[in-house]
Amino acid sequence: MKRIVYREWRIAPQRFWSLLGILAAVIGVGALAFGYMEHQGHWVTGMNNSVVWGAPHVFAVFLIISASGALNIASIGTVFRKPIYKPLSRLSGLLAVALLMGGLLVLVTDLGRPERLIVAMTTYNFSSIFAWNIFLYTGFMVIVIAYLWSMADRQGEPFNRPIALVALVWRLALTTGTGSIFGFLVARQAYDAAILGPMFVAMSFAYGLAVFMLVLIFSFEDEGRPIGPRMMRRLRNLLALFVSVVLYFTLTYHLTNLYMAKHDGLEHWLLFNGGIYTFLFWVGWVLIGGLLPLWILYHPHLNQQRHWIVAACAMVIVGGFATLYVVIIGSQAFPMPMFPGQTILESGFFDGVNGESAAYWPTIPELLLGLGGVAVALLITTVGVRVLQFLPESLADDVVAPDEETMHDQPFAKPA
Amino acid sequence: MGKATEMNDKHTRSEAESGALKASAIDGGRRGFIGVAAGVTAAMVAPGVILHAVAAAPRSQPVTSDVRWGLLIDTTKCVDGCSACVEACGRENGLDLQVKSEDESEARWDHQKSVWIRKVKLQDNQTGRVTNLPMMCQHCEHPPCVDVCPTGASFKRADGIVMVDRHLCIGCRYCMMACPYKARSFIHQGTSGQLTRAPRGKGCVESCNLCVHRRDNGEESTACVDACVAEGHEAIVFGDLKDPASPISRKLNEIPSRQIREDLVLNTGVRYSGV
Repeated sequence: MKRIVYREWRIAPQRFWSLLGILAAVIGVGALAFGYMEHQGHWVTGMNNSVVWGAPHVFAVFLIISASGALNIASIGTVFRKPIYKPLSRLSGLLAVALLMGGLLVLVTDLGRPERLIVAMTTYNFSSIFAWNIFLYTGFMVIVIAYLWSMADRQGEPFNRPIALVALVWRLALTTGTGSIFGFLVARQAYDAAILGPMFVAMSFAYGLAVFMLVLIFSFEDEGRPIGPRMMRRLRNLLALFVSVVLYFTLTYHLTNLYMAKHDGLEHWLLFNGGIYTFLFWVGWVLIGGLLPLWILYHPHLNQQRHWIVAACAMVIVGGFATLYVVIIGSQAFPMPMFPGQTILESGFFDGVNGESAAYWPTIPELLLGLGGVAVALLITTVGVRVLQFLPESLADDVVAPDEETMHDQPFAKPA
Repeated sequence: MGKATEMNDKHTRSEAESGALKASAIDGGRRGFIGVAAGVTAAMVAPGVILHAVAAAPRSQPVTSDVRWGLLIDTTKCVDGCSACVEACGRENGLDLQVKSEDESEARWDHQKSVWIRKVKLQDNQTGRVTNLPMMCQHCEHPPCVDVCPTGASFKRADGIVMVDRHLCIGCRYCMMACPYKARSFIHQGTSGQLTRAPRGKGCVESCNLCVHRRDNGEESTACVDACVAEGHEAIVFGDLKDPASPISRKLNEIPSRQIREDLVLNTGVRYSGV
């Protein structure tokens, strides 16, 4: 194992500036979409009084939980002392901050009164998980920045592990808190489940790692820095593990619901009759976000090829968006169980007449706002790796630390 | 134009007169003037104050928890096809003043406009019995909307009314996610021509507040209750749930009633009989 050397991302200036230009343009369009929604009011979105949180929330929650998951790599290196992950810690921290920033911006710009953000910062109701999240999010940002400092500055070295520990606990709390935004809602059948907390943690691990791997592979290949097969094997196995855990939680969540007679209607709707939500559940969540990437990542030949691993990461991300669309929007679209045992024949406010689900289709401004958030996260990352030493020069097999699992094999492998 | 000139003339004249007054007898004149002015003012203002006090006593003390306002809905009296309560609420709270944006489709407007009270028609899956009832904010004792509001904009008054402080509401809609009765509406469009008693703000959430302006003016009843009485149905009773002698308490004591989503144990202020 050699000393890890970190270097700024040194791609050609034209390429760097065009990348920056594209991201800035997407952010600009997102800002215009925000201005339009803010000026006109939310009637220009597909959101309504039945589906009150829409596409912007899908983007925001995806980015926020991915932020927490992206930090996983750093935690594994520092807290769990796996030296092979050490060189990736800095990028892991940077991505965590960048993704969180992007997600929060989308969340905040979708508020009905974004200019009153100062009210949210100064007036708290501590029985609200939302109020707690304001502290969890800002605290996360501060802790990760301190963590990055402890990694980069020699004086910070003694604080590295304690800060990493705090960051680990904090981000678990953050993702549990984000899941609990939904898990604590007794009103809607699809929420109101404590399992949403840990399920969001599992999803954050998978999505965060998928984003991390894409950024890592793209930045390394673009500049010609090597990533060795050992590092790739580690990362792809880890991704496969996280994807399996998400599938496990998905199975548990639905089996539990299916066991309870009162949730039969919801499950029947979501699994068979829910239109776009049924499609997104089976095709997006289970197939593209789960089974297909697992197949690729465990396939003896495909998992040796980098473009297949990239495809698996992209699938996890696409599947992640589908998952959150079903979790956030599908759960609102299903009618609330106000009158169990009764069918609603008529309603002046769309209470699920004859079991009909609520209508929602995202509009262009909503999607542009969400994409703007993604671009913010990528812009911060791009500038970060360009101007500061976040990326290790090489992740080739002879540079990264040896696998702990095989380190001690040699003496025992010898014939007696 | 002529009138304005006349007024200007009068104004100039009175100024000239007062100047002369000052010049001649300063003390006596001023005292006399103040005396007359005070008398005239008292004569002008007093009847207004007394009239106001007679018509309704505006609340001058903080709201107390000695009362808890609530509604009892007798669904057996609620008539299929009647929407008098919904229309009355619209007029009382300015919901009928909401304007659809030009480019907005009717279908989307129906999903996006603010609704405080709606009629629901139900059929029992087993027996086929049909029930009609109005749904609105249920004014829970333990309101989930208040629990989840990050800024405390969603609050419960001491007298049990659950409402939104529109100065604190940031429009996050978490309360709408949490409400088990779908009672809340988000203002999706700009507003104009508002009523003083029921201000409305783009980007804020609102819901039935049991005609809180009437409570604060010491008036009886709510707009929906009055409309139902006027129609001769008397399906909704308003009153103080804490006063055993109030009509609502007597009726609750008399007929069987229940809360919607009793399983959540929110102790709603709105009760239904015949559901």
